[in-house]
Amino acid sequence: MLCVASGLARPWRAEHAQARLSAGTGHPGTMEPCDSPESTPRQNASSNLKDYFLASTPWQKRLESVRKQTSFVQTTPRRKVPECSQLQETIDPHKLAFLLHKQWTLYSLTPLYKFSYTNLKEYSRLLSAFVAAEKQKGLAVEVGEDFNIKVIFSTLLGIKGTPRDSEAFLVQILSKSQLPSKNREDKVLWTGWFCCIFGDSFLETVSEDFTCLPLFLANGSESNTAIIGTWFQKTFDCYFSRLAINAFNLSWMAAMWTACKMDHYMATTEFLWSVPCSPQSLDISYAVHPEDAKALWDSVHKTPGEVTQEEVDLFMDCLCSHFHRHFKIHLSATRLVRVSTSVASAHTDGKIKILCHKYLIGVLAYLTELAVFQIE
Amino acid sequence: MKQSPGRGNCVAEEVARIPQSLVLPQKRAEYTTLQVSNSCQTSFTDWKVKEIPRNSRFIMKTSNPVDDANDQPEDALQRAMGYFEKGPKKSSRSKDENLETHLKAVENVAWKNGLPPEAIDVLLNIALSGTFGNAVNTRLLKCMIPATLIAEDSVVKAVSWLCVGKCSGSIKVLFYRWLVTMLDFIDHKEQINLLYGFFFASLQDDVLCPYVCHLLYLLTKKDNVKPFRVRKLLDLQAKMGMQPHLQALLSLYKFFTPTLISVSLPVRKKIYFKTSENPWTSALIAVRQRNQRPSVGPLKLTLGPDNGPNVKRKWNSHSLIPVLNSGTYAREYGKREMSLSDYLNRNRSLPVEQLQSFPQLLQNIHCLELPAQMGSVLNHPLLLHYINCVRDESILLRLYHWLSQTLQEECLWYKKNNYEQGEEFMNLLDTVIRAQCFLQEGFYSCEAFLYKSFPLWDGICCRSQFLQLMSWIPFSSFSEIKPLLFDHLAPLFFTSTVYFKCSVLQSLKELLQNWLLWLSMDVPQSPMTCNPLDTTLGASIISVSKLIEYVGWLSTIALRLENNSAFLLHFILDFYEKVCDIYINYNLPLVMLLPPGIFYSALLSLDTSILNQLCYIMHRYRDNMTAAKKKDMLEKTKSEFNFSSKTCEEFNNYLTVMIGCLWTSKPFKKEMYIEPHILGKAKVTEYKSNLNLVLHPSLLNYAASFLLQENPEEKAVNVDTIRGQKWNKYLDYLFSEGLQGLKLFIQSSVQRFYAPQ
Repeated sequence: MLCVASGLARPWRAEHAQARLSAGTGHPGTMEPCDSPESTPRQNASSNLKDYFLASTPWQKRLESVRKQTSFVQTTPRRKVPECSQLQETIDPHKLAFLLHKQWTLYSLTPLYKFSYTNLKEYSRLLSAFVAAEKQKGLAVEVGEDFNIKVIFSTLLGIKGTPRDSEAFLVQILSKSQLPSKNREDKVLWTGWFCCIFGDSFLETVSEDFTCLPLFLANGSESNTAIIGTWFQKTFDCYFSRLAINAFNLSWMAAMWTACKMDHYMATTEFLWSVPCSPQSLDISYAVHPEDAKALWDSVHKTPGEVTQEEVDLFMDCLCSHFHRHFKIHLSATRLVRVSTSVASAHTDGKIKILCHKYLIGVLAYLTELAVFQIE
Repeated sequence: MKQSPGRGNCVAEEVARIPQSLVLPQKRAEYTTLQVSNSCQTSFTDWKVKEIPRNSRFIMKTSNPVDDANDQPEDALQRAMGYFEKGPKKSSRSKDENLETHLKAVENVAWKNGLPPEAIDVLLNIALSGTFGNAVNTRLLKCMIPATLIAEDSVVKAVSWLCVGKCSGSIKVLFYRWLVTMLDFIDHKEQINLLYGFFFASLQDDVLCPYVCHLLYLLTKKDNVKPFRVRKLLDLQAKMGMQPHLQALLSLYKFFTPTLISVSLPVRKKIYFKTSENPWTSALIAVRQRNQRPSVGPLKLTLGPDNGPNVKRKWNSHSLIPVLNSGTYAREYGKREMSLSDYLNRNRSLPVEQLQSFPQLLQNIHCLELPAQMGSVLNHPLLLHYINCVRDESILLRLYHWLSQTLQEECLWYKKNNYEQGEEFMNLLDTVIRAQCFLQEGFYSCEAFLYKSFPLWDGICCRSQFLQLMSWIPFSSFSEIKPLLFDHLAPLFFTSTVYFKCSVLQSLKELLQNWLLWLSMDVPQSPMTCNPLDTTLGASIISVSKLIEYVGWLSTIALRLENNSAFLLHFILDFYEKVCDIYINYNLPLVMLLPPGIFYSALLSLDTSILNQLCYIMHRYRDNMTAAKKKDMLEKTKSEFNFSSKTCEEFNNYLTVMIGCLWTSKPFKKEMYIEPHILGKAKVTEYKSNLNLVLHPSLLNYAASFLLQENPEEKAVNVDTIRGQKWNKYLDYLFSEGLQGLKLFIQSSVQRFYAPQ
């Protein structure tokens, strides 16, 4: 996993800007056909093959970024401290509350082919029948029949980073209550939602037949996730993969979330380290008062509004050396498996719980970045 | 017309009367004529007189003509046919005996050679008309084994009998089972397909239901799937529960119209229709074998849904290549009701599942329904053809997205201690490689996958697949690829066995070949500009030359590590066989010589075939350089490529050394100095004249056997005697021993200079 870690050290947007820069100045010495299509007009004029192999296809751009990610060139990564988004204002508060304080399992998702927001009702109908059929294996069901299970699609307006991001949407499996009363409420069996926050760099690489929603979050039984996922994979030719978060990214989360300004703290900042030993692994929980954590961060933090790799490393080193001073245990020799802050908490298995509505978009932006990295 | 059953002509009359509601107008007309001729009581006989001789001839032809014994059963069959047509006579005692004899006669022929279409027509009528008792009808049905084909009309007539209630339930069941088994032997099926509604109505009979389901399963076409039928089937399912035959039919319906119905089937493959206890199958095989002809219809009649859409794609953990399934799914979504025009449209487009042949692909290329999951094309050569010629970006993107993720998820060394799916992963890679070879083109997903996973590769797991993937990396800048791939390859290469080294060199040779092919296809399209190094072509050539340089570097070190292993040297020279011919074979302006470390190792090798290969390579270099020079002179343009004077000089130097070592016995004139004490140790003082075609270590034994051939009596051979006229003879001897490379080299390089000799 080393390569993944080193690759991620490159911030997504900064890298893109850099690619543009190199296209402008040009590299006379090196051969970078993708970056300098303007300098070779012959390419466009005659040679199909060259077009196909050397430049201009979206796929080629993606490949370029893969190459860059895996190459050894390191730049100093920088990310923005999460901020409250303007677009977030438009989110329905009821729906927003629904997304918070729940544990979500993360998945990355390749672009959906021929997905249309105008057909959500139809998708509901078909997916309901599909779920019903899957639940009672072997029995065929008519599409549109009345089941006691219902699937509902709805959009999550405002959950996006830029206006270009695809609209997020929510899928719920509801079990219809048997009570005849008027104000009965359907029980939610499973929830999943698809979103894309600041995924514009990835958007550039696919054509308009595709809808980019690289991040998928699910809450509910695994079997339901499998059913829904299978239907999406079959219907929109996409691919779901679990999105695990490695220790390197967990450190980043810890730093970025500690850096967030909070009116009041809801939870302590807690780190969980795992010591690989037999017969049972040993977990070390390390809780810090959120204000202390913020104070530590402020002491290592230099550039306003930005988080750099050095700062993240320093922040974690300080925490570790503090722990060592008291317990004589080198945490750097163990593995960070969970980070919880007042903003959100994340587990290395790819599970996340978002607590603070203010930084919802910020948290999702980083997760989108990780998801995009995985599907590149 | 209200005659009692049992009268001879009644059979035909019933046929004529009953099917009015079932059969098409033109069929009805036919039956009417039958009825008319029937009234004169001779119709069947007339018909028989005309038809039967042809039958017997036919059967004679198909059976072994030497076997005369066959004649008798044929005659017996004819008599039996006559008997059955006329119907049983009233005299009770002789009736049973006659019936038995005739039945036996029919059975004999049927089980041995099968029955001709005409006989089946007659006997099927008899069996279903209820003229005889159940036992006889059963026996008749059981011996309805076609020798060639079954006429569609016979089946339509038989079906019409089912309506009149003349036959019992068990006969009906037997008939349906027979029909299912024989469906592929029926010459046409248009009329039978028109009876779809009738068959569907028979589903209501609980006893018949499984068999009718099976028949419908085989008959159903997209047009047959209607909402009212779906509803009916679902009702039946509600009544009878989860029956495999209903499941099969429902899943087929869903397959055609996924928007009308949703059914999920057990993941485990299941055969819905048992055919094991079928009384005809074994007889059919036997008849076919006896008749020594290729089967008329395919005998594989169990069309289980295992090739249908029912195999549920595994959820993430171990995904396979998706099953081919046309994309109607996605397109039909969003339409609440299917309109008439939809039906018409869909009739025009061809679902991928039905794509069977290349001509079919060509005819339908404009209206092909692409699979719902593009990954499924990997297993489908015809669709790969399609992918190859369609430059629709979204098709490729869908394939690439899927492939990238699948490779990443399945890759063994990403998962800790999970080697169970090794086989599956290897199969996946093999499939991908096959597809790449088929398309003669590497997938970008594979390239990206290689870059991501090569640094983690142990050099053992899926070795051959990985190296093959490497050889399909699309052409690109070598200096870009090097840090991603080749810098990780080098340590593995140097620390692994000689076999690994050889396979790597083999893959690199293939990579070079692929790159050269791509470039050479591309070059003619672009007009040569006067400043070629500025163009992409110039850059491409630099990339290729860097690859060759890199392989030269690898090979030189590897040779030292492996003590000049001849085995390794073969693979290295194989690579240079490609390199030396770039100008002529690929029309690309590039000549790159092999590095000295390889040249001298090959020249002084103890292995004759190595020397021979080197000679061939030098000969080809010479041709390529001459051709390049000639073109240069002709065009009088600026040097079109970096075929520099340095290369020329180097080549001439190699050539001089080779001539010195093989011909003039004056090796290493200028550039080599050997310490005298080393020579003393080796007991070679006169090394300067000790290397030529005779004395070269790899050729010495040829010289010896040449001399022995000349003078078989000789006890001690003196190779120094090979000179003058004998030298030429010796040369001929060497050439005749298969040293073609040497021959070409000597002819092109030596005789030119030494012609007077």
